[in-house]
Amino acid sequence: MGINRRSFLKLAGTAAATLAVDAADASPGPASSAPSGGGYGVLVDASVCISCRKCEWACNRQQHLTQKPQAAFEDRAVCLTPRRPDDAAFTVVNRFPDAPGSDKGYGVKIQCMHCLQPACASACLVGALRKHPQGPVYYDEWKCIGCRYCMVACPFEIPAYEYARALEPRVRKCTFCLERVIDEGKPPACVEICPNEALTFGQRENLIDAAYIRMKTAPERYLQHLYGEHEVGGTAWLYLAPADLTPAGLPALSEKPIPQSTEKIQHAIFKGFVPPIALYGLLGLVMYNTHRERRSADAAAEREKDA
Amino acid sequence: MTVVTPAEFPRPLAARFFTRGTLVLSALALLGIAGYLYRLLFGLRAATHLSQGYPWGLWISVDVASGVALAAGGFTTAALIEIAGRQRYHRLLRPALLTAMLGYTFVVIGLLADLGRYYNVWHPMLPGMWQGSSVLFEVGICVMIYLTVLYIEFMPIVIERFRGRVALPGALHILNRPLDGALGLADRFLGRFLVLFILAGVVLSCLHQSSLGTLMLIAPYKMHPLWYTPISPLLFLLSAIAVGFPMVIFESLLAARSFKLPAETKLLASLARFTPILLGLYLSVKIIDLTLRGAWGHLGTGSIESVMYLIETIGGVVVPMLLLSMHRVRRSARGLLGAASLVIAGVILNRINVFLVAYRPRFAAQPYFPSVLEIAVTVGLVSALVLVYRLLVMIFPVVTPDDAPGPSAFGGGAPRVVPETLR
Repeated sequence: MGINRRSFLKLAGTAAATLAVDAADASPGPASSAPSGGGYGVLVDASVCISCRKCEWACNRQQHLTQKPQAAFEDRAVCLTPRRPDDAAFTVVNRFPDAPGSDKGYGVKIQCMHCLQPACASACLVGALRKHPQGPVYYDEWKCIGCRYCMVACPFEIPAYEYARALEPRVRKCTFCLERVIDEGKPPACVEICPNEALTFGQRENLIDAAYIRMKTAPERYLQHLYGEHEVGGTAWLYLAPADLTPAGLPALSEKPIPQSTEKIQHAIFKGFVPPIALYGLLGLVMYNTHRERRSADAAAEREKDA
Repeated sequence: MTVVTPAEFPRPLAARFFTRGTLVLSALALLGIAGYLYRLLFGLRAATHLSQGYPWGLWISVDVASGVALAAGGFTTAALIEIAGRQRYHRLLRPALLTAMLGYTFVVIGLLADLGRYYNVWHPMLPGMWQGSSVLFEVGICVMIYLTVLYIEFMPIVIERFRGRVALPGALHILNRPLDGALGLADRFLGRFLVLFILAGVVLSCLHQSSLGTLMLIAPYKMHPLWYTPISPLLFLLSAIAVGFPMVIFESLLAARSFKLPAETKLLASLARFTPILLGLYLSVKIIDLTLRGAWGHLGTGSIESVMYLIETIGGVVVPMLLLSMHRVRRSARGLLGAASLVIAGVILNRINVFLVAYRPRFAAQPYFPSVLEIAVTVGLVSALVLVYRLLVMIFPVVTPDDAPGPSAFGGGAPRVVPETLR
């Protein structure tokens, strides 16, 4: 009996220790090794954005989001109260005037950042969200089971859900106009329409160079920080702005890619299935042992009875 | 071999199915089913308060996460009795197994209500869609396999009840022979291989119980630091192990009361001795974790989060730990029931805290509080579970009524549950 109690506690302890120890020395997994420099990106220059909302309209038209006419996107006053993208608007542009009522200030367009190591793609259990090697993080509607773990995972709180649909609800977010960018080699609809060249489309590494040149040539225009260069391991969309972007919905985030810690733990537990198999074997040994003891105890009782 | 009197075998319980209590439960279950259908017909917006900011609510935190934790009685008793060989608890094994089987079944039913595309729930089984780096993938696959394992583990009980007694009514009687043959085949297969499934059940449980704790680690910027810890999977595993026996105690006492059987206070008191140790282990890891992360400061702020953390830890861990370490408490059915309820409530509160209270999205338009319908569905599912449990213990030999007093004989359980290969 003493052996049994010890072995039981040992089991609980081993299971726990297996998880704890292995979590410490794991290597990052496949979803963490997305292309680091490559792929398309967009450089957003908030200082030249006039918040005309043309990008919102172009997106609405390109992605067939709502039936709203162009006129519905001409009211610029709405930009003054920060809005968020949702299932009916993949992008919104908000206005941050220098002083209340002032025309001067900057505009910040918000949409999916198309992370280099996207948390949503790491979270998705069926691979419905994936990182295209050329940049876009895209969504395969037919795979999705609607668990919304991607929404939990996204550090920018971008994916939105079509809660109103009883059947075939979708996760909705900026697609980086995948069909235009990849298939036709054209810039996304929002970039193409931008009248003030606040948006620049190109290879991400070139955009980074361009951004640094702008920061150097006009230091008075910009905070010396290229948002998205390193945040959560880097994002395809990059932001130059005259001020800190936290109020605009782009908070300070560390350089650590979001999927790193969960994938570390994941790959520790499943490293070649060694920990589960080891636990299985250990439990099997304990079980064999206890039952052998029992058998011999039974046999002893039998002998006693016979005698 | 010790002579075993038939009274010590599990047998179907005789009782009236409908009593005042079960009528109330039936009403609640019907309400829940109505709410469930409403959600299926009109969608999540109409049925729930879920929002773009709060994609997960009551159903994920209670029906799924707490449901899985509370079904831990299944694998903890299997480990104690079948693996560590503590045969004197044998009569607790089948009720615990049934609770786990129904618990996981209702977890899946609850999950289906929450999934936007519930009809795609089988997608993770397709190798083409496997996404090994997803924590949720691991949880999903483990739960699916474990649910199957639980049904397989329950098969011997079905065989015991119906082998040689298959008698379908009317025209269906032509199926009697084939069905009986199938039961015989299953019997032979399980006699040889059941042990592998029992071991697998424990391993699978350890895996997904802990992985549930990994889920929220993907949201570092949204989680309150009191619960955001890299050892969250360990805490989830330890709390699941700790709540296993209290669930068995809770459910055994309630069943005894409901079926007017003598409460097995002695046996349960003995089982309850493990709980302070397991709770103590959980508590020490929690304390060490707070200390190492320097997170104690978050406790004194008086914020909702700090209050919830204190209630969860003191009311759900410290108090029942102290209570159950007292012989006086363990000796009485009321003491056992009270302390076990505290542990259970503590684990539910912990899951609610991790999945809801600690989750603080920056841009959420409004805070989340479940809708009446969400609550009705959750209450309805729990009621339905209790009703199905009652029905099954009246059909199948699950409960061993304690009407033959005296210590249970060594190996005195049903022959099928102890795998013959190891005899």
